[in-house]
Amino acid sequence: MHLSGEFGVWIAAFLTIGITSFLYKDNPIYKFCEALFVGISAGYWFVSLYFQNLLPKLFDNLGITKMLGLGEDNGAIQNVLAGQWDERIWYVLAGILGLMMILRLFPNIGWISRWPLAVVVGSTSGLYMITYFQSNFLSQLQKTVIPLIDLGRVAALPGGSGTLDEYFAAYLGNLVLVVGTLTGLVYFYFSKEHKGAFGNAAKVGIYFLMITFGASFGYTVMSRMSLLIGRLYFLFGDWLGFVR
Amino acid sequence: MKREIPLILTAVVGLTFVVQFFIPHYPLGFMADMFSDWFSIVAACAIWLGALNLLKISLNKVYKKEKDWFFAIVTIISFLVIVIAGFFFSGGRRFQEPGTNFDWLYINVYSPLSATMFAMLAFYVASASYRAFRARNAQATILLLAAFVVMVGRTPFSDWLSNLLFMPEGWQISNLSNIIMNFFNVAGQRAIMIGISLGLISTALRIILGIERTYLGGD
Amino acid sequence: MRKIFEKLLAIDRRIIFLVIFLAVSVPIFLGIKINIKITDEVKAFYDAVSNLPSGARIMVACDFDPGSEPELQPMTESGFRYFIQNKLRFVIIGLWPQGPMQANKALAAVNEAKDEFTVENGDTLYFGTDLIVVGSDTARYGVDFINLGFQAGNELVIQRMGSSLKAAFASDLRLGRPIEDFDIMRGLNKLSDFEFIYNLSAGYPGTVEWVQFAVDRFHVPCGAGNTAVQAPQVYPYLDSGQLSGLMGGMKGAAELEKVVGHKAKATMFMVSQTAAHIFVILFIIIGNIAYFATRGETGRKGL
Repeated sequence: MHLSGEFGVWIAAFLTIGITSFLYKDNPIYKFCEALFVGISAGYWFVSLYFQNLLPKLFDNLGITKMLGLGEDNGAIQNVLAGQWDERIWYVLAGILGLMMILRLFPNIGWISRWPLAVVVGSTSGLYMITYFQSNFLSQLQKTVIPLIDLGRVAALPGGSGTLDEYFAAYLGNLVLVVGTLTGLVYFYFSKEHKGAFGNAAKVGIYFLMITFGASFGYTVMSRMSLLIGRLYFLFGDWLGFVR
Repeated sequence: MKREIPLILTAVVGLTFVVQFFIPHYPLGFMADMFSDWFSIVAACAIWLGALNLLKISLNKVYKKEKDWFFAIVTIISFLVIVIAGFFFSGGRRFQEPGTNFDWLYINVYSPLSATMFAMLAFYVASASYRAFRARNAQATILLLAAFVVMVGRTPFSDWLSNLLFMPEGWQISNLSNIIMNFFNVAGQRAIMIGISLGLISTALRIILGIERTYLGGD
Repeated sequence: MRKIFEKLLAIDRRIIFLVIFLAVSVPIFLGIKINIKITDEVKAFYDAVSNLPSGARIMVACDFDPGSEPELQPMTESGFRYFIQNKLRFVIIGLWPQGPMQANKALAAVNEAKDEFTVENGDTLYFGTDLIVVGSDTARYGVDFINLGFQAGNELVIQRMGSSLKAAFASDLRLGRPIEDFDIMRGLNKLSDFEFIYNLSAGYPGTVEWVQFAVDRFHVPCGAGNTAVQAPQVYPYLDSGQLSGLMGGMKGAAELEKVVGHKAKATMFMVSQTAAHIFVILFIIIGNIAYFATRGETGRKGL
């Protein structure tokens, strides 16, 4: 056992144990760590966004940094005042919209934040309308209109020494993809009652979806366990030095 | 005008982004780029709003001495510590450089807290699986069996179990999990993806045309 | 017998927590060696990257936070190690603010020359930040790799990079200097100037957005490493060819370590992962047996 000599590692270890103490029961140490996490997270985002986003994009481009004596390069305001058009001057509107967003803090004038919100909602709506159509609808539909048996894969099978997935991909893969996708879509069509042949197709779709959800559950367990393993390796390895 | 101007803004910005896919040249390309830059700044201010709102709520809690107000002080102090360290004691624009005070707080405070919060989910997923995951009908049983095959197949345990069940090489549980992921999972996820995209396209159109207004909130 | 099953169903959840803790902890000390099988999707990623010409520039988009570190950090480290050893240059960005800092951590972990520095033309270059040494290969900041940091705006950042990289990322993270000052950025004016995108994603914004914008709009090939929660959702992109390869979760990270020839953290973690999966499956089986055993008795009493 080689205990870590770094102060930071000890802080990290105690915070880790503090959070996990909640598993026994809620306690003041957990609440302290939780409050610390909330404050640190908010502060982290606050500082990161200033230096990486607002400072270079807004204040540098407009020349506010130079006005405050914190930078040397001319911004849009200096150039425009010198009689030279600088298209970065449009960032003034962005700054005004940003300020409007922050005014939401004050309930009496909070309604003004609807304007920047409209820009955000309009941007994402306009973009999503085309990108989801192209990537999630057309491309996926294109890969559903395929031959039910992939003769190319059948021909490429290595005699009698193929694996289960190679044989499945060759003979049944495309059939599963086509039938699974179409019956899954039939299940999600709630504008028509699921009766008769339509209802039977929907029932088949449910079974495909159950296998999908089972796979998702299996991967979710994998993901959650991975996070715990990472923390335990930190405690037993980096902190207590049992493992290298 | 409190609602009309935002609706007009939504329509103008939304339509610009739609049309610029087809006409990426000036002026639509320029307008789309400009709106993208505005979005970036507005998004940053929205997150700043969240942080400042947290500060406001915490200060209010301390002022009114509400339940657990002591922990609100912890929140405020931790916020101020990282903000002051980041702005004034971490080299300015080089604040994320390894070795700065900000970097130290990230590595030794923020990182372990964030990671541990998520690591707790491992315990909850195990507990929930034990208590709630029941094979009540055929569909739930299929879900469970698929989950078992994937959980076993994605670990080296599948080799050991397959050998125990005398499964030949290439015809083992890991191969079965590959089939589930590459075919059955793809089919189901594709159906979900197509369904969601259809709903999203119609909602986006409704928002741009001003039919859907819930994002504006109450009056 | 029924009482035993009823007790099992009513067991305190803290006992379940303790069993999981032991199931994951004990294998850490056993030092068991395991064999990792490579799946087609990881092989596809490896083939896509190894077919890139020497000197090709890759955009590494680190879209994750410390909460996803055990899954995605090993993939990031393996990727960097492979790129440096094969003379592939890379530009790090993040759509999550923590991403570029995680990338710095990965570079420091990959670097083999600890606590050293060298002086070149009057400049002091520190190993681990200015210079990354992997075996006999070295990568220099600004020439072979660079970190441009984070930008808020989610998918609109990708959209903006499509027309101008400089408009999205005006300066680098480490030195705060304009990006055109660096050798590696010469000729990189927009997203389509990159030969490949390596995305490490823990959620939104992430792989879905990179596929929608970078791949489908700007036609840059993309390979992704995802958390296991997200991986099943992006398999359709893999099948349709929109993704050039996929590593899903810790298993994907372990496969990537094997295929690049450097077994590290993810391979070690898989032992505990295996034990955890076995115990979750046992819990589900025991829970179901207990449920059906007590349900049958309850049904007969007409309750």
